[in-house]
Amino acid sequence: MSDSATTLPLSGPRGSKPRRMLSRRNIFIYGTLGLVAIYYALPLYVMIVTSLKGMPEIRLGNIFSPPVEITFQPWVKAWAEACTGLNCEGLSRGFWNSVRILVPSVTVSIVIASINGYALANWRFKGADVFFTILIFGAFIPYQVMLYPLVIILREIGLYGSLWGLVLVHTVFGMPILTLLFRNYFTSIPEELFKAARVDGAGFWGIYLRIMVPMSLPIFVVAIILQVTGIWNDFLFGVVYTRPENYPMTVQLNNIVNSVQGVKEYNVNMAATILTGLVPLAIYFFSGKLFVRGIAAGAVKG
Amino acid sequence: MDKAQRPNQLLRNLSAKIAAIPMILTASVVFAGGTVWTVVYSFTDSKLLPRERWVGFDQYERLWSTNRWLISIENLMIYGALSLIFSLVIGFVLAALLDQKIRFEDTFRTIFLYPFALSFIVTGLVWQWILNPEFGIQSIVRGLGWDSFTFDPLFNADIVIYGILIAGLWQGTGLIMVLMLAGLRGIDEDIWKAARVDGIPVWKTYGFIIIPMMRPVFITTLVLIAAGIVKLYDLVVAQTSGGPGIASEVPAKYVYDAMFTKQNLAQGFAGSTMMLLSVLIVLIPWAYLEFGGKKRV
Repeated sequence: MSDSATTLPLSGPRGSKPRRMLSRRNIFIYGTLGLVAIYYALPLYVMIVTSLKGMPEIRLGNIFSPPVEITFQPWVKAWAEACTGLNCEGLSRGFWNSVRILVPSVTVSIVIASINGYALANWRFKGADVFFTILIFGAFIPYQVMLYPLVIILREIGLYGSLWGLVLVHTVFGMPILTLLFRNYFTSIPEELFKAARVDGAGFWGIYLRIMVPMSLPIFVVAIILQVTGIWNDFLFGVVYTRPENYPMTVQLNNIVNSVQGVKEYNVNMAATILTGLVPLAIYFFSGKLFVRGIAAGAVKG
Repeated sequence: MDKAQRPNQLLRNLSAKIAAIPMILTASVVFAGGTVWTVVYSFTDSKLLPRERWVGFDQYERLWSTNRWLISIENLMIYGALSLIFSLVIGFVLAALLDQKIRFEDTFRTIFLYPFALSFIVTGLVWQWILNPEFGIQSIVRGLGWDSFTFDPLFNADIVIYGILIAGLWQGTGLIMVLMLAGLRGIDEDIWKAARVDGIPVWKTYGFIIIPMMRPVFITTLVLIAAGIVKLYDLVVAQTSGGPGIASEVPAKYVYDAMFTKQNLAQGFAGSTMMLLSVLIVLIPWAYLEFGGKKRV
């Protein structure tokens, strides 16, 4: 029977007939994956557990032990009372700032990038490729190189320090990857549709609004996921381009946790940390495969 | 008049050109213009505001004789080399394990990838807490009876960068795994069958057939990690604020501090130009391979 292995239709890439569940190979695979999974999951667990304990319990116990007495006080405090400097409104302000930054930034950047991608895919004009190449290269240039020139530009047009200035910055730095994303997607739409619409007399905007957008809803969802997580998690631009009263959540979180004065309240800090991570985490867990698709698209630039 | 006149070349595709104005402005003014501007002004002695007093390479000489910058570069090189190696190895091994037609693949993948959804600030703060010597891992191991156990990377200047590396790897390897997995799935099943028929051991198949076939994926990932490493900033700010002392400073933080807190603009410009240079060293050979290769086909 030695040759039966070669003649049998193989469904899996390799391995002998999958019979025993507890083979050495399986123990190795599941064991390794299990251990690594524990390592990856542990910080989230520690965050949640710590945020539900009172300070006395934290000082006595270890960070992995589940809370004996569950308290939601740290969450309330992190949301409504935690201090940054003299301001003691808690993270709620940062949260609403982030929302006010997020909504226009995501909308504007996606609208502009999708139109760019559409123009690049279907209405190629002379010189378009040059700008597109610069744009893609720009995705790799360290932001630090462009930080100050943008400060000057924003100051000149009177937006430095304002919310809309930050919206513009997010639009600019989100453009390379989003434009690429949309361009590639629009290129894959059959050209016959485009030509038929032209024959029927539709123009640039007509085709975009009536054909391209309705046919590309999945890619819009991917772009939204990409932008929401990216902008929500941004720290550098928030710190550079806004005034303290407009600081997004990440900046405020860092200021709360790393402030030097006062007694460190680790449970409040962890509650604040989870609160800040909640939006991208929720998107991640609910969107599943689309998130993976979004970051894979974001990853394979150029 | 005759309507079928040939339209003006400039007005052809006018809507498309108007629609592309944001892109053209971004590419030319911000990306190209901003980069050139920063490089040019790194040769001045700008302090609080940019000014055109040229001083040649003074800023660069000062940069490379500043201890803080040298430490930043050293940290970035250690962090960069190790995070490159570890994220490629761990990412590939995890992807290869997930590719064995196992159960709960989605669950495992979800767990490995979720840190990538979190910001560097959140990552840094969590690991600051876990590595806290008073309450974290050190105190737990000591509580188990090993009283002399010491693990306090965030408070030890010699190893602080490894503490940051742990957090960075936790956040980023999931993405590498997903890319590698996509690469592995893209490989023809027949290759595996052929290798099996020939009796080639699994590790040899990986080492001599699969990995060489996945070269494009590896190169893309490499460029991606490298570009990300240079940007390393938020993680350090959140986890250690550059401390203890200046032991965990990184170039991006040096640049930010020079420009926005120390009113030493030109130093920041010089530092960021060096960062740009290091990215170009990676990027240009890659672009040459990638796009030069396509033309030949």
